[in-house]
Amino acid sequence: MPAKVVTITSGKGGVGKTTATANIGVALAAGGARVVCLDADIGLRNLDVVMGLENRIVYDLVDVVEGRCKLRQAMIRDKRLPELHLIPAAQTRDKTAVSPKDMVRLADELRPDFDWILVDSPAGIERGFRNAVAPADIVLIVTNPEVSAVRDADRIIGLVEAEEKDPPKLVLNRIKPEMVRRGDMLATADVLEVLAIELIGVVPEDDSILVASNHGAPAALDPKSRAGRAFRDIAHRLNGETVPFEDGESGDGLFGRLARLVRSGGQA
Amino acid sequence: MNFLQRLRGESHSAATAKNRLQFVLVHDRADLPPGKLEALKDDLIEVLSRHVDIDPRTVQISLTRERNQQRLVADILLAPARARRRPLN
Repeated sequence: MPAKVVTITSGKGGVGKTTATANIGVALAAGGARVVCLDADIGLRNLDVVMGLENRIVYDLVDVVEGRCKLRQAMIRDKRLPELHLIPAAQTRDKTAVSPKDMVRLADELRPDFDWILVDSPAGIERGFRNAVAPADIVLIVTNPEVSAVRDADRIIGLVEAEEKDPPKLVLNRIKPEMVRRGDMLATADVLEVLAIELIGVVPEDDSILVASNHGAPAALDPKSRAGRAFRDIAHRLNGETVPFEDGESGDGLFGRLARLVRSGGQA
Repeated sequence: MNFLQRLRGESHSAATAKNRLQFVLVHDRADLPPGKLEALKDDLIEVLSRHVDIDPRTVQISLTRERNQQRLVADILLAPARARRRPLN
């Protein structure tokens, strides 16, 4: 079956698009799928370092589009997972070096040889975003439980719908369940109610993400990482599996129940 | 936040966030920022005043959202009947 193109976008910068792309890519490839990650953030290349492949770049996305190399030559194969590949962004060009049509053509060329093509979108709503979304079969929107990030996500949902794509799915990143429980962070349910789209993953705030990016080894490779597990769950859901969402927010553990008992004045 | 809430360790910044988010999104989606809505309200008062007797201070205009529909709601209170009655001379 030809590859599905999944574009990971957000509107707001710094919410975890690149981290999500790298981790979902790793998780899909660890499950045996043939995966290529495409860094569409031309001028601000980062997916290479998050994946730990920065030392092996020769050609980039713009080289392919402008015909300076073959598609295969720009593809870097991951040493840990031989079915995982990266096509890096150019670092010294800007978003106008590539058009939405170029991206569609590129994706079509990749489709027969892969199961998944993951496109890491730049922040913003301009050309770079349109490039990244153009070839998408599935759009994932990454957001954080924060007013500004959710607002931007809402704007992006509208723009994705205007491109006549299927409704995007939501990755809620950097949730702190203990803050949700004490009423100081938007809960998953709040964000879903406001955005009214389907949820595909809730990723907890986790120090292991920074450690992973220090090493260039995505957390999804680490069986002990909580965020890594959340990203693996997203990969399973992309594969059509039903994976229950972990509920750390309502506080059904002993401490959660106690806290609610105290809050409600003993009425719980 | 009152003392009792603080004692129980309660805080409601998430609720504040949600309210602010809903407010901002309703305006974003309608492409009608709050200031523009005020200008619309002023124009509306002017037009309405030509036809009916209204108290401009009581006019309320707001945007609401029901599922995927945006609704502009204007609540216009007519001036009290006594004030509207013309003097008989």
